[in-house]
Amino acid sequence: MSDPNPGARSATVERPGPADAVPPGGERGTARRPRPDESHARRYGAGFLVKLALMAVVDAFGVYVVWSAWVAESWVILGAMVAMLAVANWVYFSRRTVPLKYVLPGLVFLFTFQVFTIAYTGWVAFTNYGDGHNSTKDDAVAALLVQNERRVEGSPSLPLTVVADGDELGFAVVQPDGTTAVGGADDPLAPVDATVADGQVTTVDGWQVLDRQQVLERQDEVTNLRVPVSDDEADGSVRTTDARTGYVYTSALVYDEAADTMTDTTTGTVYTPNDSGQFEAADGSTLAVGWRVFVGLDNFTLAFSDSRYAGPFLQVVLWTFVFAIASVGTTFLLGMFLASVMNVPIRGRRVYRTLLILPYAIPGFVAPLLWSGLLNRSFGFVNQVLLGGAAIPWLTDPWLAKFSLIAVNLWLGFPYMFLICTGALQSLPSDVMEAAKIDGASRWRTWRSVTLPLLLVSTTPLLISSFAFNFNNFALVYMLTGGGPRFEDASVPLGHTDILITMVYSVAGLDGNAPKNFGLASALSIVIFLIIATISAVAFRRTRALEEIN
Amino acid sequence: MTATTLPAATRPAVPARRRSARRWFAEVGWRHVVGVVFVVYAVFPIVYVLSASLSESGTLTGSNQLFDSVSTANYAALADTRFWEWMGNSVKVAVVTAIGTVLMGAAAAYAFSRFRFTGRRVGLTTLLVLQMFPQMLAFVAIFLLLISLGQVVPALGLNSHVALVCVYLGGALGVNTFLMYGFFNTIPRELDEAAKIDGATHAQTYWTIILRLVTPILAVVALLSIISTFGEFVIARVLLQSEANWTLAVGLYSWVSSLLEANWGLFAAGAVISTVPVLALFLFLQKYIVGGLTAGSVKG
Repeated sequence: MSDPNPGARSATVERPGPADAVPPGGERGTARRPRPDESHARRYGAGFLVKLALMAVVDAFGVYVVWSAWVAESWVILGAMVAMLAVANWVYFSRRTVPLKYVLPGLVFLFTFQVFTIAYTGWVAFTNYGDGHNSTKDDAVAALLVQNERRVEGSPSLPLTVVADGDELGFAVVQPDGTTAVGGADDPLAPVDATVADGQVTTVDGWQVLDRQQVLERQDEVTNLRVPVSDDEADGSVRTTDARTGYVYTSALVYDEAADTMTDTTTGTVYTPNDSGQFEAADGSTLAVGWRVFVGLDNFTLAFSDSRYAGPFLQVVLWTFVFAIASVGTTFLLGMFLASVMNVPIRGRRVYRTLLILPYAIPGFVAPLLWSGLLNRSFGFVNQVLLGGAAIPWLTDPWLAKFSLIAVNLWLGFPYMFLICTGALQSLPSDVMEAAKIDGASRWRTWRSVTLPLLLVSTTPLLISSFAFNFNNFALVYMLTGGGPRFEDASVPLGHTDILITMVYSVAGLDGNAPKNFGLASALSIVIFLIIATISAVAFRRTRALEEIN
Repeated sequence: MTATTLPAATRPAVPARRRSARRWFAEVGWRHVVGVVFVVYAVFPIVYVLSASLSESGTLTGSNQLFDSVSTANYAALADTRFWEWMGNSVKVAVVTAIGTVLMGAAAAYAFSRFRFTGRRVGLTTLLVLQMFPQMLAFVAIFLLLISLGQVVPALGLNSHVALVCVYLGGALGVNTFLMYGFFNTIPRELDEAAKIDGATHAQTYWTIILRLVTPILAVVALLSIISTFGEFVIARVLLQSEANWTLAVGLYSWVSSLLEANWGLFAAGAVISTVPVLALFLFLQKYIVGGLTAGSVKG
């Protein structure tokens, strides 16, 4: 950064004005401008003001994020934001970074939401992140202490009133000695003057008493609220289940920070942390809440060797390949066939083309849902009308469901192939065709030996991306069959038409049908990525070879 | 891609040339047969959903008689559901994403096309590689990332449309830069140089000259972005949690996945309405889209 303040020098004293505006490495105009005072590059015109305003907004947002991250103690986000702000300001106020000025906005999003998430997937794949292992050890200890709270034996019942201070809830209680006290989640019970009627607090200074209706609306908050009895955690806290009576609860577990152990005060069992991120007793029993730890390659070995996963997993991998290859193959063949048929000038060609590409213009989520209705076993149009009432289980028989998926994908996908083949056919060099004709090649021979190879050269990259797309065609599978019919023998929620990406979704447990297992799901994502990357790399190599031959 | 409409010589069965009907069929006629067959195949589900949406009974069973009855009951019933909210969400997300995609993609393509800087080749290659990693493969990580972001900036957390748009924009550069890069390269550099000699800054050249010349590709990219965002399902389903924030894809799925028979009429009406804008845009800009796709295909 040679000149941190581009405004310091006036445009009029700047001799080689335009040349300075040339990007580094770009072609420098040799003609020196005779009237440098006309250079637009150094003016504080509208463009500069717009830039200044935009950067002010960006910086303000950045400072807000940094501050919030500080409050929330999210050091990674804080660091990332500071770095981004520094880079952004440097790029837009330096003169040496012209190309970056154009690329940076895209790069910021690319890095945050794609590169980082890829890296993060890689990291999660080596942890046991998931249900029961959701957070750090400190959080797990806190959660365990709360979860294992028990009502203190023989403790008196406290007449209780739910009160609110703004959004914050609190309890006002009448203590056994007749005094009143009030407190919230963050401030322990403290004596307070209050009006008591029928043994319940009815008004209290500084708090608003909630009526029945308001309590019902915030029922979950009320039952989850813990008001500490005193500043000492060991004294326990007041909780209520009915919003009228409170009891003192203390945790049955005690965490010994020095020894890093949990002790159950009722049974006397001592739990020590183990390698898999849980507190474990001598007899092997564990406490319910654990924390994230590195588990190395465990997730990968689980997928390939654990009997619950390995069988279904191999079937899923196989079917994913079959599905992707069949999808590309069928759509390409039909698309190419139709493109060849429509590649001569015939009457109404435009109308045909427009109608043939209609499926391509249907939103991606409408088509599978629509077809799931059409193929419905009992009421679907295909069975009822086209096949005269046959009850064919298109979507519920393992083999027919697979067939249906490929057939529906054909309907969805052939217009795209039709489009690109039409384009490719029209750009074929006509002299090669004529040469073939002159040499006396038949129509079929010309097509097979000249047209098809040339067509493949120009469409192969798109076929590869189409393969990658279908390899991960989540929406189609999920919406048409939901992965079903289920494997009968499997203890995991997977089915005959599940492909890898829907398997990742099921395993991750984001739909609530299975316990969350982000670690295993991420490991499977990594496996998919490796497969896709290998195939693409190999295919692109061969494409280049094809091009060189021609 | 010039759809030539019939020079007279190829008109079928021209008596002057005494072509027999048989010969005509072998050369041209069978193409019509193929065309009609596949047009029926392509169009029949669309006709069916239109018919089902106009059917009086809202069930799957009652929708099998094509255009048996015509009523707008299903469309009217949409007003009692969250359909229009979802439509609004989808349109909002798709349009904002498209604008962002075009702005960021065009800027990046301009830089790669016009400037020679260190890291240019590496940058282009990296984009090509990243393109191979579909963003939705990382949906678990995206989900976890947004949980963390949401604790700092609630607007960027789960269940937020801003966050959803940001995630979509994260994938914008990889897919579109190449399409635009190729097109930018076809704009003669002499134009930039002339502007430069006249004293224009790079920003002025970009905004006032280049962007106007590349409008066709901008339209294509915007449209493709709208279509794909509008239809995107996985990430929207993972990120958007409250029903009021759902997009059409998530909402319509919820109708049909739970009670197929009961909600079929509603679904059909919703499907037709959500198809119309996309279809209209597509047909309206067909020329550009086909041009853009085929340009991509031929470049290789």
